[in-house]
Amino acid sequence: MQIAFYIAAGVALFATVMTITRINAVHALLYLVVSLLAVAVAFFTLGAPMMAALEVIIYAGAIMTLFIFVMMLLNASEQVIEAERRWLAPGIWTGPAILAAILIVEVAYLGWGAAGARTGPPIGPKEIGIALYGPYAIGVELASMLLLAGLVGAYHLGRRKWPRPEVGDDINTGERRAYFSGDAVRAGDRRSAGAPERAVPIDVHRDHA
Amino acid sequence: MSIEIMLNAAGLAFIVAGSRWQQPDGQVMFLFILAMAAAEVSVGLAVVLRLFQHFGSLDSDRASEMKG
Repeated sequence: MQIAFYIAAGVALFATVMTITRINAVHALLYLVVSLLAVAVAFFTLGAPMMAALEVIIYAGAIMTLFIFVMMLLNASEQVIEAERRWLAPGIWTGPAILAAILIVEVAYLGWGAAGARTGPPIGPKEIGIALYGPYAIGVELASMLLLAGLVGAYHLGRRKWPRPEVGDDINTGERRAYFSGDAVRAGDRRSAGAPERAVPIDVHRDHA
Repeated sequence: MSIEIMLNAAGLAFIVAGSRWQQPDGQVMFLFILAMAAAEVSVGLAVVLRLFQHFGSLDSDRASEMKG
C-alpha cells in the first residue's frame, strides 16, 4: 500500500514538473491533467475515496476542460490551427499516456475496497456528509454564494455585446488598433516574443450588430 | 495553471492531515477548495478572454494603462 502512494506521488511530481517546463500551453495542460489524476490516486491510497472521485470528476473533468476550451478559443486563428495540428500529433500523447498507464495499473492493483490500509479505514461519503450538514453547514452556504458570484461574474465578463467607448477615445489617433500577432499562447516556434506582426484596425461597430 | 497546481498541493496537505487524524474535516476542506478553484477559474478565464479581446494578445504588459 505504501508503494502505491509513492508511485502516485512520483507520477504527480514528474507530471507537475513537466507542466511548468513546457513551452506549449496545450502540452502543459495535458501534463497537468495527468498530475491531477495522480493526486487523485494518492487520495485513494490515503483513505479518501470520495475526494479522489470528486477530484477526477470536478478538477480534471470540468476545470481542466474549461482551461482547454479557453486555450482553444484563444488560439483560433489560421496561423495557429496548423500549428495545433502539429501539437496534437500522436507523438505528443506518449508522455502523458505513459504516466496515465502507470496510474491505471496502480488503481487496478489496489482494487476497489483496499484503500487506507496505512492510516486506518477509509473515510467515506457518509462521514463527509454528516460533517457537511453539521459543523460545516455555514461553509456550504458560503461556497454556494461564492459559486453564484462566480457564475454572475463569468457571465457578465463573457458577454458578446460589450458596450465599447466612443471612437474618439484613443489618445493618439482616435482609432483603436488591435495588434493581433496570430497566437495568444506561444505556438513554440516564435522568434520574437510579443512583437506585432500586423496591426489590424478593429471595427468599433462590428459587434453592435 | 500554476494556481491550480498550488491549490491542488494545499488540498493534498489537507487530505493527508484528515487521513492522519481520521477525521472528515480534511476532505471537507478539500471540497471547499474545489468549489473555490472552480469559481476562480471561471472568472479568471473570463478575464483572460476579455483581455485578449481588447488587446489582441495575452501580453500582460499591454494592460499597464488604466484607461481603455
